[in-house]
Amino acid sequence: MVSLKVYIITRLLMTIPMILILLTLVFFIMRILPGDPVLAIVGMKASPEQIERIRHELGLDKDWLHQYIDYITMVFSGNLGNSMIWGRRPVINEIWDRFPATLELSIGGFIVSVILGLLTGVFSSIKQGTKTDVGLRLFSIIAYSLFIPLLGMIFQLIFGVYLRLFPVAGRKSPLISITWYTGLYTIDSLLSGSILGFFDAIWHLILPSLTLGIVLSGVYTRLVRSSMLDVLAEDFIRALRARGIPENSVLFKHALKNAFIPILTMMGLQFALLLAGAVLTETTFSWPGVGTFLMERIEYRDYTTVQGTIVFYAFLVALVSLIVDIIYAYIDPRIRY
Amino acid sequence: MMNLELLRKLWKRRRVDFILLIIGVIIVVATLLVAIFAPWIAPYNPYVSVDDALLPPGPKHPMGTDNLGRDVYSRAIYGTRTVIFVVLISTVVSLVVGTVLGLISGYFGGSIDRVLSMIMDSIYAFPGLILAIAVAAMLGPGVVNTMISISVVYIPTYFRMIRGQVLTVKSQLYVEAAVALGATNKIIILKYILPNVLPIIPVVFSMNVADAVLTEAGLSFLGLGVPAPLPDWGFDLKNGQRNLLAGYWWISTFPGILIVILAIGFSLLSEGLNELFNPSRRW
Repeated sequence: MVSLKVYIITRLLMTIPMILILLTLVFFIMRILPGDPVLAIVGMKASPEQIERIRHELGLDKDWLHQYIDYITMVFSGNLGNSMIWGRRPVINEIWDRFPATLELSIGGFIVSVILGLLTGVFSSIKQGTKTDVGLRLFSIIAYSLFIPLLGMIFQLIFGVYLRLFPVAGRKSPLISITWYTGLYTIDSLLSGSILGFFDAIWHLILPSLTLGIVLSGVYTRLVRSSMLDVLAEDFIRALRARGIPENSVLFKHALKNAFIPILTMMGLQFALLLAGAVLTETTFSWPGVGTFLMERIEYRDYTTVQGTIVFYAFLVALVSLIVDIIYAYIDPRIRY
Repeated sequence: MMNLELLRKLWKRRRVDFILLIIGVIIVVATLLVAIFAPWIAPYNPYVSVDDALLPPGPKHPMGTDNLGRDVYSRAIYGTRTVIFVVLISTVVSLVVGTVLGLISGYFGGSIDRVLSMIMDSIYAFPGLILAIAVAAMLGPGVVNTMISISVVYIPTYFRMIRGQVLTVKSQLYVEAAVALGATNKIIILKYILPNVLPIIPVVFSMNVADAVLTEAGLSFLGLGVPAPLPDWGFDLKNGQRNLLAGYWWISTFPGILIVILAIGFSLLSEGLNELFNPSRRW
């Protein structure tokens, strides 16, 4: 058993190889796979001098080892290079402009998936072996087989086109102005005292969050159910029931709390799915986040930005897995081997 | 005879699992048949305009026509070929590469194992679709490139599973006995370890195919999958998106529903196999 501080430091050190491996993978994909980024940027008609100039500008005229060292040093000094189009802004600034949108959508999707997963999971564990249980099991299988763009489009058709209840694209209505503090419109609107802006932001968030959340909830249903069943079979639950504790309190206060550790681990793993799902959700709902940004820049062959965005994702994944592990160790001291 | 007896027992004791498995098998087999016999089933040529554009579903066109006047139903039928072809080849590649690396890593251990495991765990933690997007964006459009992008994503799945299994099997007494009797590495891996590892593959493989169907559709939806005009569900769904909000729902929804049905089919297959033959990990 070690202290939490020592655990955090060890875990932090373990993140470094992971980041290095992912960076190397990105380097390999971007530089070594066939396909010449320079030709892709300038097109086939460019003169040899032009090609040579851009190649030099990107540092692609050096050998791989030098390119690799340059790239790693650059990334670790927080520099992802400059975009190749539209004002050539630093890639990292471009990403920070879009990230709040992705974060807000991901949080929305996460909340939907957890609530839905907990409800369905707890419910099917109480109804184990009944028709309800079978039905919820089907729900879980269908939910994680759903294709995000399809679900999004069905929502757009029903709630946007036919019922006209919700907007089908974007983060806010054109007439609403929200001052930019954090980039999260729900928070910014409140900070600038605009209740209307807050509800407008929520109103725009509902369909995309539901789309993302429903698809991710299937995994939670299953996990919460099996985790709950394990806990419900334990002696202390029988003791609680024998003492006449109300069943709701037994389930939600005592059983669910103990079932939470496996669920928490899963939430960390789910983060990768959340990010991948966000790319599809953003594209379906024209949501101006990192995902739509990445796809736009792939289309314009903005090579440095594409590379930078993938690197950003790599750091994000490493960071979240680190945070989840630390929370995990904080809650359950047995983890800190 | 033995098998019939087993099936009867399963029907009696685990009826729900059995029914789910059967539904999965039916979906998968039906899709395979449609893919094989596409030219005989599809009423029209999927590549050319056969009628007015944007016709709603009706007796002549059961799923309507798209923005170019192509028959959505015929494109959906031919689309099964694309998805089955791309997904099965990519997942088999992941299976073979992942299994070989997992066997080597788990069996030999040491620094090879540490390095390989670290690499595979890192890739595994990275969002699969985004990895596939990066590879596909760099390789450019094409059927083979799409397959490469998908197979890269799933190698770690097999690696981790096989490696774990090898570690368990390796510590068994009979493997130790084989080593003591002077069996070579090759014999131990092929004769003792591999046969014990193989039974878990079908469950993971069909789960993996279900996921790969969604990844393939996702890549095509994002414009990074197989090149147009090849009939492809994800691509056709994307193609219908521009007319969706004007009320032309059929161009997108039919291919989309087929994607989901196929993914459900493989999920059910995986789940059924797991519940029936691996009773320790049940729903």
